[in-house]
This record gives sequence, structure tokens and C-alpha cells, in this order.
Amino acid sequence: MSVYRIGIDVGGTNTDAVILDQNYQVIERTKSPTTEDVSSGIYNAMRDVLRQSNIPASQIKYAMLGTTHCTNAIVERKRLNAIAVIRIGAPATLSVKPFIDVPKDLSEKLGRYVYLIQGGHEFDGREIFPLDEDELYKTAHQLKGFVDSVAVTSVFSPVSDEHEKRAREILKEVMGDNLAVSISSEIGSVGLLERENATILNAALVKVAKTTVNGFVSALEKEDIDAEVFLGQNDGTLMSVDYAVRFPILTIACGPTNSLRGASYLAGYSDCIVIDVGGTTTDIGVLNGSFPRESSLAVEIGGVRTNFRMPDLVSVGIGGGTVIKVHENNKFTIGPESVGYRLPEKALVFGGDTLTATDLAVALGKAEIGDPSKVAHLDRDLLKKIYETMISHVEAAVDRMKTSPEPVPVVLVGGGSVLIPNELKGASEVIRPKNYGVANAIGAAISQISGQIEKIFLLDELGREKTMELAKKSAVEKAIKAGADPDRCGIVDIEDIPLSYIPGNATRIRVKAAGPLALER
Amino acid sequence: MREIGRQEIEDIAMGATVLGTGGGGDPYIGKLMALQAVEEFGPIQVISADELDDDALVVPCGMQGAPTVLIEKPPSGKEMFASFETIESFLGKKVSAVMPFEVGGVNSMLPLVLAASMRLPVVDADGMGRAFPEVQMEVFSLNGVSASPMVVSDEKGNTALFQAIDNVWAERLSRKATIQMGASAMIACYIMNGSEVKTSSLHHTLTFAEEIGRSIRIAKTNNEDAVKKVLEVTRGFELFRGKVIDINRKTDGGFAKGVATIEGVDPFTEETLTINFQNELLLAKSGGRVLCMTPDLISVLDMETGRPITTEGLRYGSRCVVIGIPCNEQWRTEKGIATAGPGYFGYDADYVPVENLIRGGE
Repeated sequence: MSVYRIGIDVGGTNTDAVILDQNYQVIERTKSPTTEDVSSGIYNAMRDVLRQSNIPASQIKYAMLGTTHCTNAIVERKRLNAIAVIRIGAPATLSVKPFIDVPKDLSEKLGRYVYLIQGGHEFDGREIFPLDEDELYKTAHQLKGFVDSVAVTSVFSPVSDEHEKRAREILKEVMGDNLAVSISSEIGSVGLLERENATILNAALVKVAKTTVNGFVSALEKEDIDAEVFLGQNDGTLMSVDYAVRFPILTIACGPTNSLRGASYLAGYSDCIVIDVGGTTTDIGVLNGSFPRESSLAVEIGGVRTNFRMPDLVSVGIGGGTVIKVHENNKFTIGPESVGYRLPEKALVFGGDTLTATDLAVALGKAEIGDPSKVAHLDRDLLKKIYETMISHVEAAVDRMKTSPEPVPVVLVGGGSVLIPNELKGASEVIRPKNYGVANAIGAAISQISGQIEKIFLLDELGREKTMELAKKSAVEKAIKAGADPDRCGIVDIEDIPLSYIPGNATRIRVKAAGPLALER
Repeated sequence: MREIGRQEIEDIAMGATVLGTGGGGDPYIGKLMALQAVEEFGPIQVISADELDDDALVVPCGMQGAPTVLIEKPPSGKEMFASFETIESFLGKKVSAVMPFEVGGVNSMLPLVLAASMRLPVVDADGMGRAFPEVQMEVFSLNGVSASPMVVSDEKGNTALFQAIDNVWAERLSRKATIQMGASAMIACYIMNGSEVKTSSLHHTLTFAEEIGRSIRIAKTNNEDAVKKVLEVTRGFELFRGKVIDINRKTDGGFAKGVATIEGVDPFTEETLTINFQNELLLAKSGGRVLCMTPDLISVLDMETGRPITTEGLRYGSRCVVIGIPCNEQWRTEKGIATAGPGYFGYDADYVPVENLIRGGE
């Protein structure tokens, strides 16, 4: 009997859904407007793609979701948990207290219960001070009944997570086993404030994660689908529902990542540049070994600085709905304003009154959309000039993303990709894969399960080779625990950065392992 | 005397990163510490060296240790309280003012934190005019000031006072103590009286950093070329511009050593620049020719925003402008070159001032 998987991805304008067969071939696809509550749009897309495909619900065994619920909750400051924040490391770190650089409206909501506890470790794993367990017990009793989620961050927990784990034990002992405790060593890497912030945000998203997951599962049940459910992470891999509820922050920015992975898969290139043209913006990313190149700059989520691994993306304000204004003397401006989802109403080719990038493309014969006669009157020479300027912006952005002058394959995805010509400066070839319009949902559906560790190791202790083996083994174990097939797990990425001025050859090592879902036959 | 607050701190932090020549530690954390201190304790008094009494006791202070530890285990802010007690009882005199020993990087901020919490003025002067990795690399030292007594203290309350026979020994002993304390500690060194500060330090360097930072900020508001403004304020030179295509890093004796390679864009198309670094950027070469070398300052700015990029922050694809800023003339003496010139760092090059290299090469 055939086994199918359904992939759904929530975008800014549309929610896309695809059904793939066991050979990862696209059987059916739909686009549905993204709704304000997000969940209705997910349900609509799921229902539509199922009906259109005529596949019996019982044959859908895997359901993958890439959603913006968590991003929205942070950005809108809504639906967040009432949390407590515990930092272990006093008296160190007091010169920069928790929430020091967090926007006020967020620190007001999340910073009501902040505790600084003695403890923490040095760079080499020695304790700064023993963990003040008495104070922790006292704190736990004080918090009981006031919060259901706690963020715990300890100094140098990427080296030793002892104190964080003990703190979690104590908190659960006093406040109940249902208490959600986010510990920073499981969430971020070196850099106290950024890691603490990421942990705080994670703790605040637990409620949203549970609601999202329950919503998705009951939507599936409504359609009689009994599938294993996964949520997309920001590194282009999947996590099980249990993992997603513990680490909701990992779902942030999975959308652009899904788009990149989907494009890579559809085009058949593991190393390429991907241009995703939407209604308002064009996002450009890079794939290395089928995974998105990660940005190493501090990433801000909702104005909060974290040290997340996010895809390295460049955004240009050009999309299908971008408004083009023509002034006197044939001067013009391209965007950044866009009619967005109102394209079918506002664009000239649809009988509207606004000159958009789509109209430009139709008038120049690059796309067949709407009624071309409605743009036949426009000055062709002027349009060509505008078009060339628009494309040069995209080419400049592509050049920014390249790491060498060598031409690279460029894959076009997204509904607005008709805007881009077949030849681009810097591109060895321009590829428009089939199903380019739902690359993001495909990316969600084909994703692998990953496990990642990021810790500081003293290479002098075990020697470089043994340390690397240890790190790789831990990453693979994590991936398997998250659901990856133990026989097909491989190392996807390794990074090691020596840390200066620290003896013992201290090195930050990050290893990512990934594999396809176990139970695949 | 003037008072400084949030905006000045932001500007100083930015300019100090330019003067940090790629090193000097993570500017963000230092800036936050200063901002929190000002919020808790009030504005900071900045005085120029000539406002000091000749017999005033002035303590240069800052952090020693690994930048990575600083961002993971920031200070308590109270480290120096015990140090000051130790210094005052050892010397039998009260401290009148603090000052930076290194204006490049995060050590521009730490004396400000101290000034705020101890309600002491900070002197607008320092001992490097930039960042350097070792304690003996100070203009104070070139002028015969002893780094000792040197006090190292940590957040746990430990304080160690060293009376070393020379400044190289001060570096050796203090560094060991710092590592034991967790590879990051607060130090007080080159303690001077007012008249020594007047004759042996580099004046107005905090203000210099502030001017650089302000020029970058204002250029952004006015939509002007920030890089150009920085070159005006620093009287520096554009050495190169392009895209970073390789960074090669390794640790060696506790220092992050390496080479960054930049591929040129107009007007440097077809050219390639390499920059050797040991935390700080030390030697810039293109086409076999040296364009700038320590003790002159080499700094990397983002091509669009003019904001400085530290060595840690250099990535593949970073589009940047490399600038050379002449160092203070005291570094160009025989002693200065012996202490911080290319030879000390192991580079086979004789020091030539950047302004001569620029003129000679075209």
C-alpha cells in the first residue's frame, strides 16, 4: 500500500500545502490565503489538498508543518506564557542584568519574576561557586502557582550543564512535574545574554506551541488522518511534536528555510543560490550541501538579540505586487510599497488601477497573467528601463550572497518568480523547477530529522580526534532520539572555532547530524 | 569637565571599536555594562589630564583575558572595589580618578562603569590610542612608568597585588592570575600621579573615539558616506575595498592568529588584499606590497554603514573597506617599534608609516 506525506507551510500571504508519495514526488498541491488566526488557513489548505488529490486519508502517514505561530506571538507580544527567569552565576554577570537590552514592552510582560542565584561554571568546567540550592528551593516555593514556565540560564552551561539540570530538578520537585523548564544549554550557544534571551523567548512560547500542535493534530483528525506529526525547524530539519513543545523557539524562521530546501530538492542541486519571489519581497539564500547557509550574525527576533542559527538571507523589496510609480521626465521608483495579496484586485492586468511589477512582466511578454491588452498602451522603452533596473537590484543581491566570483546555479521559486529573466549576471544557469510555487511546502515535507550539539571542549583533554568523535556521536544520538533513522544518519555540518586567550586549547565545536525519518521502508 | 550619558557612551563604544583594530573584545557587552551603570548610578564625569592635580592618584583599569569569557561571564561590576581598597592601603593615598589603559575595544567602556559606580571622574586619555594584546604595550611603559603595583581581581572577591621587576614580568604574572580566576579579570596597572598622566599618556583619546562614533551615526542619519566621514575624523586612508573571500584562523599560544583575504571591487578590481591578525589586525598586504602595519591602525568598516567589523565578525561575503590610521608618534620611536612593531609579532617587515606607504606605492 502506498504511503503519503502532507507538507504545509505558512507564508506571509499564502498557506501552501502539498502531498508527496513515498518517492517524494508531488501528487497534489494547493495555495490558500493565510488567515489572521493562522490555524484556519492551515486547515483550509490541508482540506483542499486532500480533496483535490483523491487520496484516502488513511494512506497519509506523515504530516509536516512549517508555521509562523511562534514568530507572530513574539512579534505581536501576544499569547505568551507568564514566566520566571532564573540566572545562575551570581555574583558574576550582575553588571548586565537579565532583560538589559530587551524592548520594554516585552520585558514588562516577561520580566516580572527574575532571580539571580549563586553558582555557574568557569570556562574549564570548574564551579565558580557551588549551586545555591537553598535559594533555589526558596525561589521555587515563591513562584509556585504564579508561573507555568521557567527559563534557566547558567554561566558557561555550554561547558557544564550540571547546575541547569539540578535547577530543573528542584523546580519540578517543588512546582510540579508539569512545569515547563527551558534550560539554556539545550537552546543556545556561547554568549550569555543572547543565549539567555533565546531561553526566555522559548519559555514564553510553550503555550503557543501546545495550542498550535493541538490545533494541527485535531485538524488532521477532523479529516480522518492518522499521521505522525512533525514541525519544521529553522535549520531546515524537522522535529517531533514532543520536541517542538519543549523547543518552540526552533520553529522561528522555518518558512524561508523550507523554501530554500524545497528549491534545492526540486532543482536537484545541493549547492546553489535560491531566489524566492513573493508578493512583496524577494528573499535570496544560499544552499551548501542541501542545507541553507547560516548567518553568523546575532539574530534579532521581535527586537530581542539572540544567538540563533538562522538562514543567511538577503531581502530585496521587489515582488509580484510591487508598486511602480512613474514621475515626470520618465523618472520612476520601484516599491518598496506593494499591493501584496490584493494583486488580483489592484493590478492593471486584472482591471485594477495600480501599475505593479506583474503588469510590467506581462507588458514585456515575460508572463501570461490576466488581460495583456490592459497594459498594451504602456511605453515599451520606459518599461524596459524599469525592468532592467529592477533586475539589477536582484543581481546585486545575488552577488552579495556569493562567496566567489564563480557563476553558480540559481533556482527560482515563489509565485512571483515569473518576474525574473532566464539569464542573470553571476548565474551559470537559471532554473525554474516544476511546482516552484509551493517550494516551501515541499521543503517542509521532505525535511530530515536533525540533532545538533554546540559545546566548548578543551581539546587538550582527549585530543582533537577523540573530541571530534565524541561530538559527532552526541549529535547522531540526538538526531536518532528525535526520530531519525539510525541506519541513515550522517553528519551534515561541522564547525570548530578556537577560542582565543583560553588555555587548554578551548574550542567551540558545533556538529549537526541528520537523517530521514525512521520507519521509512 | 563634562558629564556624559547614554548617547556619548554609544558613540564612544562605536569609535572605540574602530580603534580596536579588529580586536579589543566584544564592544556590545562593554557598552551594555556602561549603560546599566549610568542608569543605576547617574552620569559620568570626564576630565582632561590638565585638570588633574599633579599629586592626584590615577588608576588605569580594564579587563584582561579572553573575549569569549567576557561575553559568557560578564563582571559583577564590583570587582574593583576590593582592588581600590588594596591600592589605597598599599600606597597610603586615596584614588582621585580612573582612566582607560586601552581605548580600543571594550576597555574604553570599563573605566566608565567604574567611574559611575565609584563616583570618580574618568580622565580623557589612555596608554595605547588603539588596542594591543599585551600589558607592556603601553605608551606609559615607553615613558618609563612601571606597570606595578598591578592589581588583578575577580567577581568572587579575590584580589592579587603584583610588584613585578619590569613590565614584561607584570604581563606574565598577571596573565597567570587571570587564567586561574577564570580567564577574565579586572586589572589596575600603571598607577600614576597627575603629573605622570600629563606627560606620559595619549590625551583626549576617549573624545577621539566619541567623535569617530558620532561621525558614523550622523552619516547614517544624513544618508552620507560614513566611511568618508571616518577617514576625515581620523585623518586615515582607504587602503582597500572588497568582499571577504577567506578567513583562516587558528589558536597559537592562546591567541587567535590568522589571515583574512579580501577580493577587491572598484577601484581595486583584480586585486587581492591579505590582512594578518593576532586578534588585532597587524599587517595589510596587496600584490606583494605592504599597505599598512602595526603600530599604525588597520580597521575594517562595513562598506554600506561604515560600522566597524571585529576580526570575530569577519565572514565570507562581508563587503568592507579597509582603512589605515596613523598611530600616535610615540609608537614610532625606536622603543615603540621594538615593543609593538611588526618584528615583535613575528612579521618580516621593517616599519614604514602608513602615510609614506600610501604615497610611495601609487
